[in-house]
Amino acid sequence: MNNSEVINLQQIIKTYDMGGAEEVHALRGVSIQIRKNEYVAIMGPSGSGKSTLMNIIGCLDTPTSGLYEFNSVNVSEMNDNQLAKVRNKEIGFVFQTFNLLARSDALHNVELPLIYGGVTSADRKRRAREALEHVGLGDRIHHKPNELSGGQRQRVAIARALVNQPSILLADEPTGNLDSKTGDEIMQLFEELHRQGNTIILVTHEEYIAEHAHRIVRIRDGMIESDQTINKRTPALADQGR
Amino acid sequence: MYFLFEVKEGLYIAFRAIKANKMRSVLTTLGIVIGIVSVTMMATAIEGVTRAFEKSASAFGSKVLYIQKFPWVGGDDWWRYRNRKELKAEFAKYIAEHASLVDAVAPDVTTFKDVRYGTRSMLNAWITGTTHEYQEASGTTIKDGRFFSQEESDGGRPVCCIGANVAETIFPSVDPIGQTVKVGGYPYKVLAVFEKQGGLFGEFTSDNRVFIPIRSFMSQFGSHHDVTLNVRVAKDVDIDNAKEELRGIMRKLRRLRPAQEDDFNINEQELLTQVFGAVTGVIAAVGFFITGLSLFVGGIGIMNIMYVSVTERTKEIGIRKAIGARRRTILFQFLVESALICLLGGIIGLMVSYPLSLIADQILPTAMPVSVVILALFVSLLVGVVSGFLPAYRASKLDPVEALRYE
Repeated sequence: MNNSEVINLQQIIKTYDMGGAEEVHALRGVSIQIRKNEYVAIMGPSGSGKSTLMNIIGCLDTPTSGLYEFNSVNVSEMNDNQLAKVRNKEIGFVFQTFNLLARSDALHNVELPLIYGGVTSADRKRRAREALEHVGLGDRIHHKPNELSGGQRQRVAIARALVNQPSILLADEPTGNLDSKTGDEIMQLFEELHRQGNTIILVTHEEYIAEHAHRIVRIRDGMIESDQTINKRTPALADQGR
Repeated sequence: MYFLFEVKEGLYIAFRAIKANKMRSVLTTLGIVIGIVSVTMMATAIEGVTRAFEKSASAFGSKVLYIQKFPWVGGDDWWRYRNRKELKAEFAKYIAEHASLVDAVAPDVTTFKDVRYGTRSMLNAWITGTTHEYQEASGTTIKDGRFFSQEESDGGRPVCCIGANVAETIFPSVDPIGQTVKVGGYPYKVLAVFEKQGGLFGEFTSDNRVFIPIRSFMSQFGSHHDVTLNVRVAKDVDIDNAKEELRGIMRKLRRLRPAQEDDFNINEQELLTQVFGAVTGVIAAVGFFITGLSLFVGGIGIMNIMYVSVTERTKEIGIRKAIGARRRTILFQFLVESALICLLGGIIGLMVSYPLSLIADQILPTAMPVSVVILALFVSLLVGVVSGFLPAYRASKLDPVEALRYE
């Protein structure tokens, strides 16, 4: 475990109590390490536990047991407010359904993480504008989501995810609501962001989307089924946590 | 700094939400508007009644004491007062000679008689027999003419001074001064007309009265009537000291032993004010409770709509939480929204009730006190915060994972 590890999950277990004696074991001991500037795809069929894993990595949820270190800080026992701060500063979310605020224009949507981060107004506007320019939407900043195409909406969401310069970009089926051409454009944007040094975690069930990543982690029945690095083969990380 | 961002963002979101649901916001606000209108109108009405009372009570003069057989208030033992000895008109002279703290003393006796002039008449007008000192003692002002002199008073001359309403009734088009009216069948020459006093105690003011010399009164209408002694307290003399002095003189006149109770009462305007204060206090309490209920109902409306708003925006709350909004931020956002709706309701309510108070002013002179305006705004803000709290708290406690999944 060296310092460049952004995410370190050790024996993560997540159990949902469905009332009564019934329990659902969503994760049954997942261990995984993700280093800075990795491009990882997490794959698995529905019900495999990949959404639960994503929620835990994204600090939206806490594990029932196990250790989760984010940038060497233990987040598995943080309270709601501390988690909110980690989400705000360190994690950029990109969702399948974009999840933009419908009544706000692109600029305000991108500004939102900065507002919650306590950045002053002038600084906020400048940074939000830069982030939108970075994803190629410099001329659309005052458009509302319903005035933008699907691809453009997802770019706004990516700009919002990047604006606080987070440690990881967490994308959940980012092309799921897009046609294949627009989906490809978004995937190219991710590759470019990866080249620029961002750490990207992609959650998907589409094989061809996962192939864009440089490492694929497959989940089944709440456990890691396989963990393979493609292109750059680094055997040290392969098959770990099995 | 962070807090300021939250306020600004909260207001921004609130305005957006209100704009997006115009009809709903209007209907919800209506509850608060009605509540604020009824509460402020209640306050304005009470203010009007109080003012009218103060104006009316001033007709009695704050520096006039009335020595009478019956007390004005608290007369719970009627028989005891009934059996007291009558006061005598002659006491006035004795008091005037022996009291050092009073300026003037005038006795008065009263009965009801018809007053006629030609074909016009006022039935059952209040006829008061008194002396030339009455005007000074009671502090009434004459509009036109002069009060009767000591000679006219002592000589029991057929002269009279009439109240404003009497003049209006029987002399609609003729100048009353110098005319002769029939009081209970006897002719009297009108010397003066009084200034109109108005107010709630019309019967007791000079407006409906005809004043004649007490000697004429006694010889024509009998001497068995209750006498009231009107005493004007001297300037710069404390009214309680004057009262004490009068009491001493009266007890001496009545030859009361130290152990005996007073067999007379010294009344003053202050007594009425106290009773009235207690009455308005009760009216205000009941009135504000009832009108407060409408505000309460308005508050429930706000709470209901805020619950709807929170449920509708579950997804939005999830998004905000995912990108770093804390519980407190979400709580605050919804509190600002409900407070803003209520504050707008309060402002609209005041804009409605202010013109209404101007209309009310035509009937009962009143004005909306500034304190009521400030209080109304504060109360509407408070209603917003209180009724918005539970929905906002529920929003703040939403689980981000669940909220994001909500469609």
